[in-house]
Amino acid sequence: MLHETSPAAIAIFAAFVAGVIGLSLWLGRKKQSAQDYYAAHGQIHWFVNGIAFAGDYLSAASFLGICGMIAFSGYDGFLYSIGFLAGWVVALFVIAEPIKELGTFTLADALDARFQSRGIKFAVAVSTLVVSLFYLIPQMVGAGSLITPLLGLPHAAGVVIVGVAVTLIVVTAGMVSTTWVQFIKGSLLVFFCAITTGLILNRGLVENTTSLAPQVRTIRPDGTVLVDGRMRTRDHDLRPVGTIARLPDRYAGQTATGPLRPLEYLSALQDSTVVTWTASKRVDAEGTHTTYSPVERKGADLLKPGGYFKGLTTGKLADRLDFASLMVALFCGTASLPHILIRYYTVKDAAAARKSTVVGIAAIGVFYVLTLYLGLGAMTSGALDPTDTNMAAPLLAKSFSTMLFAIISAIAFTTVLGTVSGLIMAGSGAVAHDLVANVMGVTMSDHEKVRCGKIAAVALGIVAMALGILFKNFNVSFLVGWAFNIAASANLPALVMLLFWPRTTKQGIAAAVIVGMAASLGWILLSADTFEKVYGLSRDLAPMPFSQPGLVTIPLGFLVLVVVSLLTPRPPSA
Amino acid sequence: MSPPPTPPRASRAGLALFWVYVALYGGFMALVLARPDLVALRPFGGVNLAIVAGMGLIAAAFALAVVYMIARAGR
Repeated sequence: MLHETSPAAIAIFAAFVAGVIGLSLWLGRKKQSAQDYYAAHGQIHWFVNGIAFAGDYLSAASFLGICGMIAFSGYDGFLYSIGFLAGWVVALFVIAEPIKELGTFTLADALDARFQSRGIKFAVAVSTLVVSLFYLIPQMVGAGSLITPLLGLPHAAGVVIVGVAVTLIVVTAGMVSTTWVQFIKGSLLVFFCAITTGLILNRGLVENTTSLAPQVRTIRPDGTVLVDGRMRTRDHDLRPVGTIARLPDRYAGQTATGPLRPLEYLSALQDSTVVTWTASKRVDAEGTHTTYSPVERKGADLLKPGGYFKGLTTGKLADRLDFASLMVALFCGTASLPHILIRYYTVKDAAAARKSTVVGIAAIGVFYVLTLYLGLGAMTSGALDPTDTNMAAPLLAKSFSTMLFAIISAIAFTTVLGTVSGLIMAGSGAVAHDLVANVMGVTMSDHEKVRCGKIAAVALGIVAMALGILFKNFNVSFLVGWAFNIAASANLPALVMLLFWPRTTKQGIAAAVIVGMAASLGWILLSADTFEKVYGLSRDLAPMPFSQPGLVTIPLGFLVLVVVSLLTPRPPSA
Repeated sequence: MSPPPTPPRASRAGLALFWVYVALYGGFMALVLARPDLVALRPFGGVNLAIVAGMGLIAAAFALAVVYMIARAGR
């Protein structure tokens, strides 16, 4: 669908970008030490850090991806939310305090604290870069693909705006400005999702009994688009979808429920009949035809698992293992993400680390409950674009007012800023502090360490922009899932065993990180999902039995660590 | 430089709460995998078990986090 862009959205976003860059410049006006740049001098208040956790963690995938998945497939998007949140339990109960006590700037510091091994530093720095890169690509591509419908600018403009803004944020005041940008973004995101949820509940459910005909979109080889056989224009485009065909019997004779309480909303939706749209593709000489057909479905079916994870209903073993593997990776992945873990160095002590995690869990948990309402609200808003799941949340906002659309669009965009600055910060530490200073052994003064970190940040910013443009036509939503799998497989075994098994050796840690990373990455590259969505090959050609590697490669990391540790000399302190 | 002491471990309270949550999360995911029909039931009136349990898991994460914070306060 062609989307009208609103000048207000551009104005709000421009004001936000100008605001955060101004704030960063102000925060960066003083001379910085390495402590300031990499860890905000451990001076961030735990509450600010907690909200910044939310701003760091809640990526465009969380906001737009989950809303879209719920709007189009129902309950299963919420399973992602549950998994994403559950990972914070591992972070709080197992990882947070030791990591705070062991490290200074990076994940490699913590994993290497006992050993002073260049091998560990190298392995962990590489895994930090790989994980951060996989997380980064969907953010940057998301920025590009969002900017066209939201702000009316071309893909590359979105990528460059985000890349430049983020590089400025990081270069001016490092972790200090990154933290404040994430704090602002986290607050705005939760606040406006709450407002939108309030509007959804206030509107209740509305019946729409107009009969719906299938619609066909044709993309010709020259790129022109036909809708139902005629040239697409602003006035002749696909009709927005997502309606309720019948309200529950208890509302007989009414066309709208009126305002509903939160649980009432869910139960009313369960008893309604919802029109969802299926897409089927056909290719001929004229072009690619996609037919969108309405299907009436019971609300109860949309609110139970199995709409997206087909394995839950078909019972195929490989699909079920794929689901289990994803849920394991989400659970284990959060506490292994370098850009999240470095946030523990910005607070003063273990108690502050704990408190900020509790605040983070509260903010993120509330956000995920709100996204359930946003997704279901979008499903029944009558405003969905059948061709673009990512537009579900902004279009839902549009069904209320253009001002809310402008705000949600601007927030969706700033979502990218907050997360990407965290990723660039993690990468900057891995390159400058781990690789240049500790692995290559370049001796630097404190001032030079800061400069080296900033140069690394600029380089990573440029890499991020290049990747965002390069991967333009790539389905990137599942890359975040990859990042969780790789992070969990490479880093979690090393983190956990270092804390709980005194016999762990430096060779064991380095081997576990490298094998975990290589195995999960290799598995992903040979999986059916990648064959189909990345290489454009048949799923059946893929050698791996299921697509999410975590179920196998996380235990593999533990196994490698134990075997290699037992084969190498006992560490001196054990 | 002498090797630093054995790294700090997570507290007993943390580990106990961790296993509680593993049981809740694992239990729910196992149920979804084994009997997806069961989570569609509505034992509590209006809303089905899948939604109640999902929100419950989010609330439980927060509740356990607060318990942990209180248990560890002052250390």
